[in-house]
Amino acid sequence: MVVQGLSTDNAVKMLQTMHVIRAFEERADDLFAHGRVHGTMHLSAGQEAVATGVCTALRAGDYLLSTHRGHGHCIARGADVRRMMAEFLGKETGYCRGRGGSMHIADVDEGILGANGIVAGGLPLATGVGLSIHMRRGTQVCVVFFGDGAANEGAFHESLNLASVWTLPVIYVCENNQYAMSMPVHTSMKIERIADRAAAYGLPGEQVNGMDVLAVYDAATRAVERARQGGGPTLLECLTYRYRGHSKSDAQRYRTREEIETWRARDPIVQYERRLVADGLLSPEDGDQFARRAREAIDDAVRFAESSPEPDPATLLDGVYA
Amino acid sequence: MIRELSYAEAVREALRQEMQADERVFILGEDIGVYGGAFGVTDGLLAEFGPERIRDTPISEAAITGCAIGAAVTGLRPVLEIQFSDFITLAMEQLVLQAAKLRYMFGGKARVPMVVRTPGGSGTGAAAQHSESLEAWFAHVPGLKVVAPSTPADAKGLLISSIRDDNPVIFFEHKLLYRTRGPVPEETAAIPLGLADVKREGADATIVATSGMVTRALGAADRLAQDGVSVEVIDPRTLRPLDTDTILASVRKTGRVVIVYEAVKTLGIGAEIAARIAESEALYSLQAPIVRLGGQECPIPYNRALERAAVPQQEDIVAAVRQVLAA
Repeated sequence: MVVQGLSTDNAVKMLQTMHVIRAFEERADDLFAHGRVHGTMHLSAGQEAVATGVCTALRAGDYLLSTHRGHGHCIARGADVRRMMAEFLGKETGYCRGRGGSMHIADVDEGILGANGIVAGGLPLATGVGLSIHMRRGTQVCVVFFGDGAANEGAFHESLNLASVWTLPVIYVCENNQYAMSMPVHTSMKIERIADRAAAYGLPGEQVNGMDVLAVYDAATRAVERARQGGGPTLLECLTYRYRGHSKSDAQRYRTREEIETWRARDPIVQYERRLVADGLLSPEDGDQFARRAREAIDDAVRFAESSPEPDPATLLDGVYA
Repeated sequence: MIRELSYAEAVREALRQEMQADERVFILGEDIGVYGGAFGVTDGLLAEFGPERIRDTPISEAAITGCAIGAAVTGLRPVLEIQFSDFITLAMEQLVLQAAKLRYMFGGKARVPMVVRTPGGSGTGAAAQHSESLEAWFAHVPGLKVVAPSTPADAKGLLISSIRDDNPVIFFEHKLLYRTRGPVPEETAAIPLGLADVKREGADATIVATSGMVTRALGAADRLAQDGVSVEVIDPRTLRPLDTDTILASVRKTGRVVIVYEAVKTLGIGAEIAARIAESEALYSLQAPIVRLGGQECPIPYNRALERAAVPQQEDIVAAVRQVLAA
């Protein structure tokens, strides 16, 4: 047991999950570079520990809302990378039948209520999911991810206040990756810690090292438990970093190569692998094997996606109305 | 003899009956509980259903709209009251980019069974930020349905259908109609969405009027009848989906059309109705150019005379019908 409540199985699985996320993102980047992707994408390489740590703290039936940078959240929540990749390539076999693309991957039946293209757009929805759980006397919780940029949207403030007033089982997870597109956090807010904004609405706020999957898991577990016991919402701020640009068109003029390398030196996968090896839960060869298997799974996903049919234009209007 | 209710009472009765019949239905909004709603529509419901299902909210239109959507996606059937329809602008992102699109973006998998009830329209001296008619904004958005009842019976029957619908419905009530009275069935008789109603049959000209303008159109028809002019009055009742067939049938019959709506004339619902007539073979039945009467190209002013001048009045409708008859 590496931290309280984490089984050895889950400890190892977290590493595997992070490898799959990394492999998915690297492959997505590669597919894009080769002109095989129609639309845009927002990659989460570097942020794997946040998605993985938080989702490992959840159980079946819990709800998740994600962001435009949502591949990792879906993978960590157990989504099928074949159907994700098919969606990324706009295929009929994708999670959204090619209607949503990278920014709207959802698996409603499994409680993944969608990646969301609007900054802070998911926070009010998550608050409503929390209300729904509360009114149905459910024992689930709802997690919503958002970025540091979203913390400056009104929807963030309205949602935290409302969830606090109504004691809703929602965990608001801010992935502070230091930049809202190109704007650094320190130029978009006067405070040092986004987590401090929780105090304004009477809920706990905690800042956690988002490059450390165990720290994220530990904080998320406490927040989830609190929500499940009827203790209400929590704001978790996870300090992390995206290795790639904001989206496909980013020349990254707002940051230096040195800064990126400084963060890469703290890579969440490398760090965690070392930790598991040091704790005797893993041999160094296991880590390499996980990385290889992850790439194979993504290869398989790409094969599935590329051999899948395109949506039929005759079905264009499907799903506008129930 | 069927009993009479006010429009506000009819809305309340639909809410009460649907809440009694389906425990998933609940109401949220600003000052809807002990206050009874800014226009008194939810008066008494708190005592009957309690604070869980008659849920007073902070003044946070984006968050409470998102709350309704999130609750709807996960199995409840919320009815959200937005206190004045003008304030719906504070929730546009949630309604237009989330509620309307989730199902489509997710490949047809999510359901968003929610209703936004909201009072619109001018005539109360509430000036520019509390008097708008914004229905066309929402009727432009695939994924939403837009309803605008003009009578107590329609308000009840259409609200029942809206609550039972599995899609997000924006339900525009008109402030000036709240106290108007009319016969309303006691049972929960749903009126289907997307079905226009012929409010008065006639042979010489057609008036297509929406929401509060229906009352004025019927008044104009009464006045014109004194001169022997027979006017048909059509109320689309649902603006999206829009029942084109009923409108075209009337145009074919009368050959003369006046379209009356309170929203600003340019790019309002009247433009869509006129275009649908022009695109159909009913065009060949026209004996005069179509006339649209809409709101003036200005915000709603405060002064009584100015406010009155900003939107179509009964005498304007009478004059417009005379114009199409003279052509």
